[in-house]
Amino acid sequence: MAHVILRHRDVENIKELDVYVKNGGYEGLKKALSMTPEEVVNEIKAAGIRGRGGAGFPAGIKWSFMPKGDGQKYIVINNDESETGTFKDREILEGNPHQVIEGALIAAYAVGADMVYCYWRGEYMDAAYPAEKAIKDAYKAGYLGKNILGSGFDCDYHNHFGAGAYICGEETALLNSLMGNLGQPWSKPPFPAQAGAYDKPTVVNNVETLANVPPTMVNGADWYANLGTDQSNGVKIVCMSGHVARPGNYEVEMGKVTYRELIYGDEYCQGMRDGKEFKALLPSGGSGPVVLPDALDGNVSFEGLNDYGSMMGSASVIVMDEDTDMVWAALKMTHFFKHESCGKCTPCREGTFWLEKTLHRIMEGHGTEEDIKTLDRVAHSMQGKCLCALGEFAVSPVIGTLKHFRSEYVAKVRQAEAVPAD
Amino acid sequence: MIAEKYAKEIESLFERYPADQRKSAVLPLLHIAQQEYGYSSEEAMKEVAEIIGCDPTHVRGIAGFYSLYYEEEVGKYVLEVCNDLACALRGADEFIKMAEGKLGIDLEGTTEDGMFTLKNVMCLGACDRAPMLQCNLKFHENLDEAKFDQLIADYRAKAAAGDSEPTVVDKILIQTHH
Ligand SMILES: Cc1cc2nc3c(=O)[nH]c(=O)nc-3n(C[C@H](O)[C@H](O)[C@H](O)COP(=O)(O)O)c2cc1C
Ligand code: SF4
Ligand code: FES
Repeated sequence: MAHVILRHRDVENIKELDVYVKNGGYEGLKKALSMTPEEVVNEIKAAGIRGRGGAGFPAGIKWSFMPKGDGQKYIVINNDESETGTFKDREILEGNPHQVIEGALIAAYAVGADMVYCYWRGEYMDAAYPAEKAIKDAYKAGYLGKNILGSGFDCDYHNHFGAGAYICGEETALLNSLMGNLGQPWSKPPFPAQAGAYDKPTVVNNVETLANVPPTMVNGADWYANLGTDQSNGVKIVCMSGHVARPGNYEVEMGKVTYRELIYGDEYCQGMRDGKEFKALLPSGGSGPVVLPDALDGNVSFEGLNDYGSMMGSASVIVMDEDTDMVWAALKMTHFFKHESCGKCTPCREGTFWLEKTLHRIMEGHGTEEDIKTLDRVAHSMQGKCLCALGEFAVSPVIGTLKHFRSEYVAKVRQAEAVPAD
Repeated sequence: MIAEKYAKEIESLFERYPADQRKSAVLPLLHIAQQEYGYSSEEAMKEVAEIIGCDPTHVRGIAGFYSLYYEEEVGKYVLEVCNDLACALRGADEFIKMAEGKLGIDLEGTTEDGMFTLKNVMCLGACDRAPMLQCNLKFHENLDEAKFDQLIADYRAKAAAGDSEPTVVDKILIQTHH
């Protein structure tokens, strides 16, 4: 199948405006402009495009929450992409930037916004050149600015660079960061659709979510809804990393490809690196619970890992082979969350600190059975007590590995206890 | 003083945000100030606060929050190696040890000639090309020992010839050119 999102892999130089236009670019915007904003929202609702930033909230429904009528509104594109194992939005914006600009313009028209901010993690500054050029070219050609394509619709578009903070991917933290406040989340409500950027109604969408919009406008909601499963429409970019032979991004139709095919299939990763045995994978960076070989039969879709106690999330698949020490992997991920906790709430700030400290002790060979119980206790005491989802994600590496690989923890502390302390 | 050096660009930076929201430019301004002053020094942060018209305490808080603002002096080139899980599965920790040995410094250290600072960072969104690092926000991917030697040699040569790579300032201000 030709790519829907990663079209730069099929069409050389599609990042250039003329090539994009020659290949049907901005036709989705033209179609949208010929409809009423309500009709566009309904089209996206009917297509069933679900958010690709992790949570899977239907984009059309999110847009419909925006208040009607005049008044300043914003579209904010989430390109913070800092979850461990995620590298899809960078490829999309580097390879096919106009598709994201066009998607954001359609969203802006649909909700009555006249300004788009694209929030990039600061580390992607170098990857932003094609997008900067795309913005400039789109202005010159009349796709951005005043009276777009003679329709009377005005819209501006700016890139905004962050400076290194995973939490700024959380939508309210992102908005705070954009506004020049400390990049910490706020407690919802208010939701961004009520009071977002500069207290004005705002839609925050992921890069990949918006890239789905132009082809949907061109081909129609039915076309999109017919791709995938009942609950997961369309295609998904999967980021494959870790111990596979051919890591990278792969575009798959939702529900049609299993994790086994992704790892072993010829079109995908072509097996494990160095022919090792598969041990486990993290399907959603550090945020989703680790799964075992049985889950390889699960498919890539929002519901595909339900039976295995995990979730697709943003589809950042980190694959681990037989030699991987799972306590070590849990420590790596816990270190990430401790480092990235914004410190606003105590359970998350203190909890991640103690989890890391305890894991560290076990890894260093000084752990005890009591430490394993501490991990259990601290992780469970954090659940449900944190202001934002980072606090929930942060316990997942510990709880997941304790559930499936407790024996590795026990072996480490037994070994430590057998060696007399000096 | 970046206020004078980049007066025009900074003005157009502010145009991207609502007129009464000058604070929104704090991140880009800090990026620029850091480039000019070498790190986010007290002076750099004070200047950013003056340009925005806010309390320096606020800018200090912001600078401390983000990993790309360095609160201590760094070398001309900051090598930030990712050793988060996905990269570590592909040898990033061993790569860091190798780099420490070659440069004769530990993590967070700077070479005596002030040329390189070595740091480790969390995921940079290039996990499929590990081991990888960013040097002054430019990515170098699929690295090994030989490529690292070459990279160090290239940067030293560049520095000797008077570096003309696009700087962070260029990258931030490219947006103000449309
Ligand atoms: C800690 C944390 C980090 C997040 N990081 C990102 C991110 O980098 N990119 C993203 O699109 N969404 C991220 N999200 C989800 C956003 O809060 C939000 O749900 C998303 O941008 C909405 O867009 P979508 O509906 O199009 O997916 C993150 C959420 C949390 C709690
Ligand atoms: S849960 Fe953690 S990251 Fe989220 S607001 Fe609280 S301290 Fe910050
Ligand atoms: S884990 Fe290193 S770039 Fe993602």
